[in-house]
Amino acid sequence: MADAILTMEEIEKSFPGVHALDHVHFDVRRGEVHALMGENGAGKSTLMKVLTGIYTKDYGTITYEGKEVSFNNTREAQDAGIVIVHQELNMIGDLTVAQNIFIGREFMKGFKIDDKKMIEESKKLFDELKIDINPRDKMSDLTVGKQQMCEIAKAISHQAKVIIFDEPSAALTEKEIEDLFTIIRDLREKGMAIVYISHRMDEIKVITDRVTVMRDGGYVGTLITKDCTKEDIINMMVGRVIYEDPKTESKVPKDAPVVLKVEHLNAGRMVQDVSFELRKGEILGFSGLMGAGRTETARALFGADPKTSGDIYINGEKVTINSPQDAVKHGIGYLSEDRKRYGIVVQKTITENSTMATLEKYMSGIFINKSEEKKITEHYIEELATKTPSADQLVVNLSGGNQQKVVIAKWLVRDCDILIFDEPTRGIDVGAKNEIYKLMNRLASEGKSIIMISSEMTEILRMSDRIVVMCEGKKTGELDISEATQEKIMNKATRDIA
Amino acid sequence: MTKKKSIITDQRFIVLLVIIALVVIYMIFSPEFRQYSSILSMLDFSYYDILMAIGVTFPLITAGVDLSIGTGMVCYALVAGRLVRDYNCPVLVAMLICVLFGAIVGLANGTLIGVMGLPPFLATLCTCMITRGISSMVMATPWPTNKQPGGWFHSIFKLTFGTGRNALKLPVGFLVCVALVLLMEFVLNHTKFGRYTIAIGSNKEALMLSGVNVKIYHVMAYVVCGIFAGLAAIAYAAVVPTVQPGTGAGLELDAIGGVFVGGVSATGGYGSVIGTLVGVFVIVLLKTGLPYVGLQANWQQIITGIVLIGAVMIDVAKRRRMAKEQ
Repeated sequence: MADAILTMEEIEKSFPGVHALDHVHFDVRRGEVHALMGENGAGKSTLMKVLTGIYTKDYGTITYEGKEVSFNNTREAQDAGIVIVHQELNMIGDLTVAQNIFIGREFMKGFKIDDKKMIEESKKLFDELKIDINPRDKMSDLTVGKQQMCEIAKAISHQAKVIIFDEPSAALTEKEIEDLFTIIRDLREKGMAIVYISHRMDEIKVITDRVTVMRDGGYVGTLITKDCTKEDIINMMVGRVIYEDPKTESKVPKDAPVVLKVEHLNAGRMVQDVSFELRKGEILGFSGLMGAGRTETARALFGADPKTSGDIYINGEKVTINSPQDAVKHGIGYLSEDRKRYGIVVQKTITENSTMATLEKYMSGIFINKSEEKKITEHYIEELATKTPSADQLVVNLSGGNQQKVVIAKWLVRDCDILIFDEPTRGIDVGAKNEIYKLMNRLASEGKSIIMISSEMTEILRMSDRIVVMCEGKKTGELDISEATQEKIMNKATRDIA
Repeated sequence: MTKKKSIITDQRFIVLLVIIALVVIYMIFSPEFRQYSSILSMLDFSYYDILMAIGVTFPLITAGVDLSIGTGMVCYALVAGRLVRDYNCPVLVAMLICVLFGAIVGLANGTLIGVMGLPPFLATLCTCMITRGISSMVMATPWPTNKQPGGWFHSIFKLTFGTGRNALKLPVGFLVCVALVLLMEFVLNHTKFGRYTIAIGSNKEALMLSGVNVKIYHVMAYVVCGIFAGLAAIAYAAVVPTVQPGTGAGLELDAIGGVFVGGVSATGGYGSVIGTLVGVFVIVLLKTGLPYVGLQANWQQIITGIVLIGAVMIDVAKRRRMAKEQ
């Protein structure tokens, strides 16, 4: 590996309770495009953040151009020639393209910024990259694709030697991706080292030279792209982990009534023609990689985001859902993946949270009937085994798992028959996870129907009766639990080789 | 060039048409308004609004606000006034003290907001109260009325040739204001300070990731605002008969309203100082002009409110259209 410009060895990084990186190895050579792959949470982004100085490593060495380095912030990494092009673009929309490219290092003429020179230099950069962008245009007027080109131009203007692309194609159109690849190939010709993070299998095959796969914060292996197949990579990504008591077959009778039917749901780019059915007493798992459009589907179904078209039937009857109020009226409850933002009001008591969606039921005239409210809350505290000294406890004092139970109680008080759990166990410790699982199983056996969106393969295989797999806003497959394997799911969750 | 868009869709142009319309209406309905002296007195009362508005344009572009400029202005004027009256301080020094005092309050605001992370509304509300308190303390005895021409800072804003009814009066103050507007428009568009002010309002995070010391520029936006509040204090003392402690609260809202009418984005990131000038003029015309056409001054508040809603709605519509085009 004499020609490696950058080598990371034995990288260790822990966050409280999480071993994020475990002896990870990674290297990239001059004139190569090196893919970094792995499931959600495998540690790709963390590794790159350690490299560019956003995180400090606990252990390990980073060798760059033959010298051991350690950057304290992105600026230092940038100055050394390691630049990251983020998935979320860091652009200042109200400034022009040229002003953005040279932000923080403007050319000056005394007190006056030399905009003319900045425009000229930007033009030179764009000519070099063969990109057609007017440096005088306002950044917010450009398409996402063009904005990304500007980020690349900015990276190159930093005299970059290593460029890291973090899921660059996620927001791009086919044509823009082609343009991006042309640029990347060009940069490779010029001897630049490129790290390419992506979930898209077809792109990996087209653009990269080597692939490094990570799993659960660990290094799995590195392959030469042209010698491997999609299956090889998937096998490395999912590994051979033995999953905790996976469901082998569904106990939901085949003729159970369909309580919810969604037909041809469309809502923007993230939800394209999604159709599925949910049966009584069933847990329907939604699997897919980050940005597959699962949450967006749920939000469109729930009326939280506008939909462009699509029909929703509840118990065989066509219904109109244009707002969360409509959805709640039809007995749909949504437990957001971001509990703190959308699920609960942490500075209020369990009682206040539990009856938040149902307050009109507990009114005597214009006053809230506190004793009734407390009675129902205590009923559900017992029912869900929520650990709390009393119903008057502030939700902020509860653990993550118990907070989740308060959200569940809120929808049960509301008599919801269809519950959408979006990442129900995110940020919850293992013991509490099991309790949530038990509770979901019990709710299903009592006749509630559940849609469960989850990024954890274990969870999907353990809980679901059927699994819907999504990829880039489209439903790419539906599997019965009896036939589902992690390889099959991952295969459908990643794009096919074109 | 950068400004490819037609002049018609420029908010500043629309506002200019509003100004012309207002002036024409006033002139038709009020013979009094047609007199040169009326226009002069209207201009007199516009200077402090314009100066405050120029300053507050900068915090507003950073998506912040400065509520302390109104009470601050009165406070600086009182301090300077007492120095002149009771301590024989030269007028020029008193004026410098106005500006210096403004800069110090601006520095305090900026530090609270840019360095310590307080919400701008809260931080400047506090300094608003503090400056009002200082005003009352400074003012031990009533401020002498000062109506004679050429007194205090008057001459800076209006050069008078001759005496009596036939005296020729030139609104120098207006020219000073226009010059300052042009200067600050240049600062906004062609210096680092101006560019980073816009960037803070547009995407502070991105600016920070670009390695810029955001705090310094964030503080500077408030210092500049404070300096202009100090300049406004000079203009205020020059035109009002009596500077009274306890007044000034509410004046900042005229200036802030004017800035928004002039097209500064309510969410920060976009604005121009020339826009501020025309915007604040609409406010001034409504404030001082409506009595000429027989409307109670109270109407000014109502109509200003409506005009402001219109201006902000244009901004919201613009943003929505841009989001749609994406």
